[in-house]
Amino acid sequence: MPHIPLPEHLPGITGLLEYNKETAAPIRELTQFLLRGESTLTPGERELIATIVSHNNACKFCTAAHTAAADLLIGNTETCEIMKQDIDAAPVSDKMKALLKIAKQVQVLGKAVTKEAIADAKSHGATDIEIHDTVLIAALFCLYNRYVDGMATVAPSNPEFYQGLGQRLVDNGYNRLANGYDHLKHQQQQQQQ
Amino acid sequence: MAHITLPDESLPGIVGLFNFRPETASSLRWLADTLLRGESPLTSGERELIAAYVSHLNDCTFCHMSHASAAMAHLSCDLEQIADIRNGFQEIPVTPKLRALHRIAAKVQKSGKEVSAEDVAAARAEGAIDREIHDTVLIAASFCMFNRYVDGLGTWAPQENEDYRAMGQRMAFQGYIHAVTQAAE
Repeated sequence: MPHIPLPEHLPGITGLLEYNKETAAPIRELTQFLLRGESTLTPGERELIATIVSHNNACKFCTAAHTAAADLLIGNTETCEIMKQDIDAAPVSDKMKALLKIAKQVQVLGKAVTKEAIADAKSHGATDIEIHDTVLIAALFCLYNRYVDGMATVAPSNPEFYQGLGQRLVDNGYNRLANGYDHLKHQQQQQQQ
Repeated sequence: MAHITLPDESLPGIVGLFNFRPETASSLRWLADTLLRGESPLTSGERELIAAYVSHLNDCTFCHMSHASAAMAHLSCDLEQIADIRNGFQEIPVTPKLRALHRIAAKVQKSGKEVSAEDVAAARAEGAIDREIHDTVLIAASFCMFNRYVDGLGTWAPQENEDYRAMGQRMAFQGYIHAVTQAAE
């Protein structure tokens, strides 16, 4: 049960972003730019960064949601699963492997990022902007994961929920839906009937 | 020197990063302003203390010192008292409620999962309401982002209390949307 009352039809981060829309707005704007804005990294590659950090923070909700989004964007489910076990074995570019390793260090602590990891990314062609965005995406998911678990939000156990959420993240990105989330309440009521 | 080439290496901490990437700077400044100066049942002084405390736990000198300086400005405390944030708040007047919220913030710094129902009940027993618990968790989580951003890119930080006096006053009284720009001057 969450530490504060949150709408039942909005598990995980969704309920928190509706609970306080004032703080949600800049968080949504930042996420939309970092994960969907113009970049030399694809949206799928950026979702991998979100996934590896959430996985290492053991945040069930965020890991399942961003794994689902990454799977849809990349077009397979192996990439995420292999990456979680061994970045070097994942079917991604050498540059991406190096960036994922930086993200993993950021998850531990800012000061855990080594000069060697940065030099490795640069030697595989990573630009300063790509390194910057990798560090900031990884740091942002250290925020999300702590927000979601620190408030003890609900993580649904049915995989279909995350399929639906992943599809929503692919179709709509991270901006608040124009008409809000009441339609999910109706869906939930229908499922319960 | 930072891990990436910044246009102006003389700008410390997050200021240099804001200058490097204005596209993300605007959202980050808006978030900091909303969290620390927006509407909340916690005072800005209390919220800055949470930010400074979590930044200390994350070993992030720039964020710790700058937010500690902003807290001192809000609370009309001397900059010498910044050390007290690192020493467990023996001198700075802290209510039992804020002390309980600090314990939640310290748990969030380790991991979201560390925050227990007992921690939350203890804060409620001291009078904390839902929104105060929410704001504490989100401020602590946000500084786990800001701190990693600042240190993960290897930015530099001034070391002396006095180096942060003017910055803290601008953060406290002019806010994050305009003040950080001026810090770049």
